[in-house]
Amino acid sequence: MGRTLRGARVSLRSWGWRYAGRRAWACRGVDLDIEAGERVLLMGGSGAGKSTLLRGVAGLLDPETAAETEGEILVDGQPAEAARDRIGMLQQDPETSLVMSRSGDDVAFGLENAGVPADEIWPRVDAALAQVGFGYGRDRPTAALSGGEQQRLALAGALVRRPSVLVLDEPTANLDPPGRTTVLGTLERALDEAGSTLLIVEHRVDEVVELVDRVVVLAPGGGVADDGAPGDVFARRGRDLERDGVWVPAPWGRPPPAYRPGPGGDPLLAANEVSVTYPHTERAALHEADLTVRRGEAVVVTGANGSGKSTLAMVLAGLLRPDTGAARLLDSPATPLHAWRARDLCRRVGTVFQEPEHQFVTRTARQELLIGPKRAGIDRDAAARRADDLLARLRLDRLAEANPFTLSGGEKRRLSVAAVLATAPDLLILDEPTFGQDARTWSELLQLCVDLRDEGAALVAVTHDETFADALGDRRVEVADGKLSP
Amino acid sequence: MTLLQTSLTVNTAAPLARRDALVKLGAALVPALALLGSVDPVSAGIVLTAAVLSVPAWGVRWSGLLRRAWPLALAVVMVTAGNAVFTDRKGGAELIDAGPVLITTDSVAIGLAAGVRIAAIALPGVLAVLTIDPVDLADSLVRHLKVPARFAYGSLAAFRLAPIMAAEWDVLGRARRARGFGGDRNPVTAVQVFAGRVFALLVGAVRRGTALAVAMDARGFDASATRTSARYRPIDRGDVAMLAGSFVLTAVAVTLAVVTGAWNPVISSG
Amino acid sequence: MSRSETSASPRRRWGWRTVDIVVASVLAAAFGVLFAAWNNLVYPTISAPLASSPAAPLIAGVWLMPAVVGGLVVRKPGAALFTEVVASTISMFFGSAWGLAVFMSGVWQGLGAELVFALLFYRRWGFVPAILAGAGAGLAMGLYEATVSSIAPYAWDWKVVYVLCAVATGTVVAGVLGYVLVRALARTGALAPFAAGRTQGEI
Repeated sequence: MGRTLRGARVSLRSWGWRYAGRRAWACRGVDLDIEAGERVLLMGGSGAGKSTLLRGVAGLLDPETAAETEGEILVDGQPAEAARDRIGMLQQDPETSLVMSRSGDDVAFGLENAGVPADEIWPRVDAALAQVGFGYGRDRPTAALSGGEQQRLALAGALVRRPSVLVLDEPTANLDPPGRTTVLGTLERALDEAGSTLLIVEHRVDEVVELVDRVVVLAPGGGVADDGAPGDVFARRGRDLERDGVWVPAPWGRPPPAYRPGPGGDPLLAANEVSVTYPHTERAALHEADLTVRRGEAVVVTGANGSGKSTLAMVLAGLLRPDTGAARLLDSPATPLHAWRARDLCRRVGTVFQEPEHQFVTRTARQELLIGPKRAGIDRDAAARRADDLLARLRLDRLAEANPFTLSGGEKRRLSVAAVLATAPDLLILDEPTFGQDARTWSELLQLCVDLRDEGAALVAVTHDETFADALGDRRVEVADGKLSP
Repeated sequence: MTLLQTSLTVNTAAPLARRDALVKLGAALVPALALLGSVDPVSAGIVLTAAVLSVPAWGVRWSGLLRRAWPLALAVVMVTAGNAVFTDRKGGAELIDAGPVLITTDSVAIGLAAGVRIAAIALPGVLAVLTIDPVDLADSLVRHLKVPARFAYGSLAAFRLAPIMAAEWDVLGRARRARGFGGDRNPVTAVQVFAGRVFALLVGAVRRGTALAVAMDARGFDASATRTSARYRPIDRGDVAMLAGSFVLTAVAVTLAVVTGAWNPVISSG
Repeated sequence: MSRSETSASPRRRWGWRTVDIVVASVLAAAFGVLFAAWNNLVYPTISAPLASSPAAPLIAGVWLMPAVVGGLVVRKPGAALFTEVVASTISMFFGSAWGLAVFMSGVWQGLGAELVFALLFYRRWGFVPAILAGAGAGLAMGLYEATVSSIAPYAWDWKVVYVLCAVATGTVVAGVLGYVLVRALARTGALAPFAAGRTQGEI
């Protein structure tokens, strides 16, 4: 099974798509021929229509949501919508790719839909699970899997249908580094075995560049800006791509920024013997953790998913009440942070959550920056001035009246950081601040953190992002199984 | 604080726990529907007694059941009290007469009957639900009730997201606190904060739902091919026996209520 | 090969796409989570003292929201009923002490809202239809409780009070708040796959 080459040829003929309710085309005038078995990385700045194009190739764009379309997409000469069963797709978040609660059932789902007879299903499921190196049995609950394992399972669910084309939309974006490595390794083996055509969009280009043999760059206004072997394209357009916020891998891209030590200062935050055990769990998420953070210092917290590092961040931020121990600001040690009133807390401690949307509480970007100071009782004029400063500094001034939820990923991130900074806290807790960000927002975030630290703020950043950790961290704390090792 | 109580251990091999999902629901539904017809202590008492006695056969521990069902006990008390006050059967000896509130032996009796009845309607369903795996229920709905597979499995996929959204609910509460909201005494502000939190949860729900729909269609969920099923669990003799037992119990309860003269149809009881 | 705005064919208009089914279900699951929170945290402290008094329905409006919200978002026949039933089923599975009683209430409440949308031939989705649907769900809840469920032994005049309270809460909480909620959802862009999310001007 899967020994023969089964890739399909994909052709786009001056293809375009405009969503209902949008004046601009998501994608327009794209002419592209992808040979059977070719592996193509699709690039372009934010808003260049990469995801729309992938969905179009997968035949999953709903005509009901289109205001206008042009051209066509063919898979081995057939319209994409008619070739749907020859295409496998993977999305960013494995949580929203899985359907069933048991692993085996989930892989079987795609075969049931295709009407495969029941007695053929389970052998194929087992083969697909083996193909992706899934170590558990069919009965393993999908909820008990890590993100990387879930994404491997989702890959098995796609491969079991024996697709001729694999369409992957940032398949490793939500994973931690070990998860990314296993998923990409699994993908490479599966492609070698099945010979499927690959069309992939991925933020962190350096990790997939080995996997592909061709790079296609979409131009923001429409059409294809560049097309060729990875080395050639990056050599030709590396600078342009970087300006659009695309991560360009070494040796073509800029080297990562160098670390500069922070000024340091008096201790500001101290956590003593903090332990947390969540209800209905056996193991402590955090066990007798001690940590002191100084002004003008950036502490980077690393560790695998589920190690307890986010729990630590929540306790340090005064957002989670630990079972024992406490985090306190050393200049007001009487009350532990988790017992502070929310309106007082936001003046001293700012927390940036991984998902920006979780933090939005108003209808416009500008209001987001004004409401925190209002709650904290900060002078209105001062707050307005600071809001305008922050909007300009984070390139959000033109979006001041936009609904926060309608912004792009990078804009949402910048707004959520700006909203937290609006109350001028002197301790900042950041949970995966660079998650899913393009290169431009990434550099801006780093610079902002460095500036804040130099101005005397204390920073704690929980991150998987090694480059960010190297460039910012004055000190590194590793969390493993709820225990800290400095 | 976890919102969803999902971690109840059930011995899935217990005689009633291992029955077909729909059969379990059906067996719980039969007495419930019959009890909806009357407010009397006899039929409700018999069903409630049988349900309580059957608890070990469901493979559910008493402690787990209590943890899950204690609000029900509270509700029984409240339903009893409310009906005792607001019924118009105020015969028998007066117990309390405080202006508009008049409570008599008759009104207490009818209140108690209403309370026991609510428990008798709810408890079998609680037991059935505690022991049902949603996947089995979806399979059974499609196979035995011919529910369209797209709706059964579409909603099943959403089931998987419920615990994830419950976790998100907690995160949203923390995110609000980080912005300076929460813990307000002022009820207007508290309601506003709650509404904002609900809104954020729903935005996330729609976004997740849209992504999930794409993932499902990518695996051919909307294909026109006749769907097959990888899992097949036939209705067996034990299932039939369980349903029959439920019918017999219900019939005995209703008959005894009628024979003893306790049967009190709801439509004319007002 | 270019085309402009197409008027949806009847099959398109009545038929459920996967995204309709799944988003209705996930919305329902979100409400199910809220119900579970309500059942386990709010109910015992706030609403239990009120339970089974004629004013009890005033705080029960939250239960009716999925029907109105589901109907307004998906705009298909059966959407209100489906969303309400899935929400009640999910809350039944995740920590309701009420067992099947929750499911049965969900069916009635969903039917109440569904009937209103049906009487409008599934063509009207504005503010007035929303509050009518909320009122319909409230009326169905009130009638169900008053005739066969928890307050069956009430005197008839108290039953009338109870039903009126149910209609009021349905109108305000499910109808008005439901409508406001869907409008706000549309403004976030999350409803782009639905007609409900495309009713504003192009951006």
